[in-house]
Amino acid sequence: MRWFTIYIALIFLAALPARSEEVVVGLSQNRVSLTVNYEGSEILIFGAVRRESPLPDDSALDIVVTIEGPPTSAVIWRKARRAGIWVNTESQEMRAAPSFYTVASTAPLSEILSPDADLTHRISTRLAIFEARGSDPRDAAAFTEAMIRIRQSESLYQELDGAVSLQRDTLFNTRVILPKNIVEGIYTARILLLRDGEVIDEAETFIDVQKAVLERWLYNMAYDYPPLYGLLALSLAVFFGWGASALFRFVRS
Amino acid sequence: MQIYLPIAETSVNAFTLLGVGGGVGVLSGMFGVGGGFLITPLLFFIGVPPAVAVATGVNQVVASSISGVLAHLKRKTVDLRMGTVLLIGGLVGSIIGIWFFNLMQRLGQLDLIVQLSYVLFLGIIGALMLQESLRALRRSKNPNAPRRKLHTHNWVHNLPWKMKFRASGLYISVVPPLLVGVGVGILAAIMGVGGGFILVPAMIYLLGMPTKVVIGTSLFQVTFVAAFTTMMHAVTNHSVDVMLAVFLILGGVIGAQVGTRIGLRLKAEQLRILLALLVLAVCGKIALDLLLTPSELYSITIPGRF
Repeated sequence: MRWFTIYIALIFLAALPARSEEVVVGLSQNRVSLTVNYEGSEILIFGAVRRESPLPDDSALDIVVTIEGPPTSAVIWRKARRAGIWVNTESQEMRAAPSFYTVASTAPLSEILSPDADLTHRISTRLAIFEARGSDPRDAAAFTEAMIRIRQSESLYQELDGAVSLQRDTLFNTRVILPKNIVEGIYTARILLLRDGEVIDEAETFIDVQKAVLERWLYNMAYDYPPLYGLLALSLAVFFGWGASALFRFVRS
Repeated sequence: MQIYLPIAETSVNAFTLLGVGGGVGVLSGMFGVGGGFLITPLLFFIGVPPAVAVATGVNQVVASSISGVLAHLKRKTVDLRMGTVLLIGGLVGSIIGIWFFNLMQRLGQLDLIVQLSYVLFLGIIGALMLQESLRALRRSKNPNAPRRKLHTHNWVHNLPWKMKFRASGLYISVVPPLLVGVGVGILAAIMGVGGGFILVPAMIYLLGMPTKVVIGTSLFQVTFVAAFTTMMHAVTNHSVDVMLAVFLILGGVIGAQVGTRIGLRLKAEQLRILLALLVLAVCGKIALDLLLTPSELYSITIPGRF
């Protein structure tokens, strides 16, 4: 029985096309530090396609680059007018949605990616978001679209059709802006090689986004030692509030 | 120059922040108001999440009132007994307010509650200020106009649990000051204000305290309630942003010094009308945000973030 399984597996492996094209990738930086004056940063993603066999001339090569920030659950609220004012009335939970998501590609996704491949690799923004189970699918779609729309307006989700430049079917590069409002965590960059709508190779690399030392320290203290953090906030207030007026009194006299 | 706020997890312009702190500081120095009721809504307008704006605003109140309370304590213009009664009420109110604040945050209605409270209170203060300053203006033109009687014997004096407040020369029930304290504490927790704008008129008109101890005693209560509320926010929902507070406080203390100088030189009555109009404008802006159809009906909240 075991031998039979291995035999079957081998047949399938042999049936798969040999990986004739492979992607190698580099990043201009794999650490981003959210310092006091962080205003966003630009990441250059570049690489090359390595191939053992001659270039197939019957199909076009396309490249998709995605960058995904740490996912969180989220609640999307919808406002409605109640007694004359606009109030949050309905909500929909998202099980997991990336805090940041960019899809850059050599051409519009609809032209280069088959729906099946999109589903397996979860490439388009819509598929990167996992809705909560048991929600009314028609309504859920409106909430998911709203989430994408809001995050796009904050540059947290970006769809950059044609932003990847591919030279002589070998060298490629693209630039992605990490805006000022990103959260910290490990960001995953995926680079996918596409032919005839299918993914033929995939590479992953990571960007570590961290708050800088002071910000990290303050954040950790606020969550791990809240009483201490509260006392820090109060002593700063007392110090500056009392100190400044003492200083002004001293200057005046 | 942008600065990254570690708790709000967003960047804002440092000069805008210093400007907000400084501008409100100038106004507070000129008119002797705390300014919390202007700082917090201005923070909403520049994109600070309401929860962070409220908790940080209340921290800023501590900074803007600490030196005043020290000066009044030195001059002995604080009725410590009355201050303590008001403070006890304030602490209870703060706890109630924090509980309500956290409940509304869980229900996703916090922004609405904060905005509604602002519309209501800014509307009331703005209208009262405008009325008061118009009346003062009329009085300065016509000195024979009838003045309002300051101290009247009203229902407050018929309640039980009377107590002697020597510094204020009062023998009244502790119930009204306790209730006033509770109200101010609730406002501090939900709106991120000191509450002087409620406390001072309540002390004068409701409790009948002499004006010489009113400011000192109200600063005494406001400082401690604000400090307590800051701690409560820090401990229960981690929404105090120290980085934001430092910029607001720096702008605020410098602005207050400038404002005090300006206030000494200028005639306050006409300016008070401008302050009243400013308060009404901020109130109107928040009200419009609630009344007009928003351009985006949806919003995102992330559990555990602001």
